[in-house]
Amino acid sequence: MLNLGRKLLQLAVVFVVVTFFTVCLMSLVPGKPENVVIPFDASPGQKITKEFRSENNLDRPLPVRWAKWAGKFVTGDMGYLYSSTDKTPVSTGVKKAAPVSILLISYSQIFSLLVAIPLAVLAAYRSGRRVDKFLNALMFGFISLPNFAIALTLSYFLGVKLGLVPTQGYTGPTENLVAHFKSMVVPVLALSLGQVAIYMRLLRSDLVATLQEDFILMAKSKGISNGRVLWRHALRPSSLTLLTVAGLSIGTAIGGTLVVEYLLGIPGLGLLVGNAIFARQYVQLQSLVAVIAISFVLINFLIDYLYTVLDPRIRERST
Amino acid sequence: MTLLPEASAVTHAEASGIDPDLVPVELLDTGPAPKKKLGFGAWLSCGWLGLLLFTSIFANYLPIKDPNVQSTDTPLLAPFRGGLLLGADANGRDMLARLIYGTRASLEIGFAAVAVGFIIGGVLGLFAGYYRNWIGRVLSSFFDILLAIPALVLVLSLVSVLKGDPTADSSLPGEAILIIAIGVVSIPLLARITRANTLAWSQREFVLAAKAQGAGSRRILFREILPNVLPAMGYIALLGVGLAIVAEGAAALFGASVNPPGATLGTMIDAGRGDMESAPFVMFMPILVVFFTVMALNFLGDVVRDRFDVRESAL
Repeated sequence: MLNLGRKLLQLAVVFVVVTFFTVCLMSLVPGKPENVVIPFDASPGQKITKEFRSENNLDRPLPVRWAKWAGKFVTGDMGYLYSSTDKTPVSTGVKKAAPVSILLISYSQIFSLLVAIPLAVLAAYRSGRRVDKFLNALMFGFISLPNFAIALTLSYFLGVKLGLVPTQGYTGPTENLVAHFKSMVVPVLALSLGQVAIYMRLLRSDLVATLQEDFILMAKSKGISNGRVLWRHALRPSSLTLLTVAGLSIGTAIGGTLVVEYLLGIPGLGLLVGNAIFARQYVQLQSLVAVIAISFVLINFLIDYLYTVLDPRIRERST
Repeated sequence: MTLLPEASAVTHAEASGIDPDLVPVELLDTGPAPKKKLGFGAWLSCGWLGLLLFTSIFANYLPIKDPNVQSTDTPLLAPFRGGLLLGADANGRDMLARLIYGTRASLEIGFAAVAVGFIIGGVLGLFAGYYRNWIGRVLSSFFDILLAIPALVLVLSLVSVLKGDPTADSSLPGEAILIIAIGVVSIPLLARITRANTLAWSQREFVLAAKAQGAGSRRILFREILPNVLPAMGYIALLGVGLAIVAEGAAALFGASVNPPGATLGTMIDAGRGDMESAPFVMFMPILVVFFTVMALNFLGDVVRDRFDVRESAL
């Protein structure tokens, strides 16, 4: 119980600091929202400008503006987009974009783990042999490829040259499942290749160390097959570091989706964040950054919990 | 009492003097043994980076064209035609010259940004790892919070803050803006790694010995702990230069890099992607330079790590 309370406190601190920081930073950006939103002459004296400013709390001091927004945010109300004509809730856009990003990140994490784990087991099993060396070199290349380079290269070769996948855009899974997967090929690969390399190298070196332990010798001497020793006995204790890094890399993945979504025109949170920065939609940006930061922290809590499931030693220590 | 002589021996040894008994078995990488001689790949990496450094330093004296001179005769000229070795971009500018100047700008941004992060983040990380009281706690939770904001969002907002009013011409030069923005973002990364290493090293006997001899905090931090933490910081810094070059590229794709006609590798990629179908080489050349440079930096980082026995699991 004490633990849960501490975690909630931590979450609250992250929320307050991150969002307040964003508010301060965005208030420093030149170009006022009213100048972007009200297309005509938005001189400070005009009635429409004044109304707009007071309606959106822009005439209040920063802490007040933040407090008003934060008070609503915790009740689930993300406020409205800056606009002089109509009121569009920020949450509409977020609700539309979040599933796209979540799908993209989940696909790429699942894909990375599905590729990295067998390769790591293979490399650890044949450690020091030709396969291991080849995989090591290949992963080294992957790790050095920026995600935008992969996105651009693949959309050129797979999209322009071969015409297999669309170079731009996104199709929802409910519209057309085949087109959906086709539109996800390039972004998922762009986000995954680097992750595959990180996961594989980490798990490989962990597995190599685990394979030297006495209990592996014991398992082998009992006549258990190589496959079972590798997959059942060695993989589980070695997967802990992988789990931490997988959790931490969700943060990197969110940053990566920003670029990839923007480049490939995929209407996810990344594209929304990019547009919010340029359109001076501070309320939207604050909410987006808050959502991202909170999910990052929550994922790390989840990872902490998964630790205790995977490693009984930690479970006993904490009780 | 053998504590003192042993302690001083450790102080002067490189970081490779890690007592194997102190390292849990599962942390030791028993993979291919670290090579003591520089391999082929390391020489290749040094060669590539050396070439880039040479062309960057002497760019003004090399027999190349002006990177910003446009020509209507040669838009998207293919490589090896018309006397231009690497062709021309959409504005007819010599790709070779632009690549050389673009690489120079990108390298400047990468190295300078990491220098900012290295110095500020390093000092903060040392403090956070050494002081186990409220200072350490506040600092390390500060790093964690900063890391919860996606780095690119931070870079893009900082760039727009620093660029100031686009109509006013009194703003900082584009490169300085990117250096500050990427440098600030790299501070928590480097600080966290320095903190983790400081934490490990400050619990060693030689630190205790130094304390027992009456050494002050400053001496312990900068004379006893820092030399041992430096290899890990160097390893991350080399990787960080690569990351900073990539970050510049990502910022450029959002239009948040140097203003035209200036060239960085990122702005060249951004400009080239419009002509992807008709002249893919304009986009692929800077991409390849980024790729090779990042790979070379990663490779040298790995060499440093193996040389000094930096434990990746402690990072």
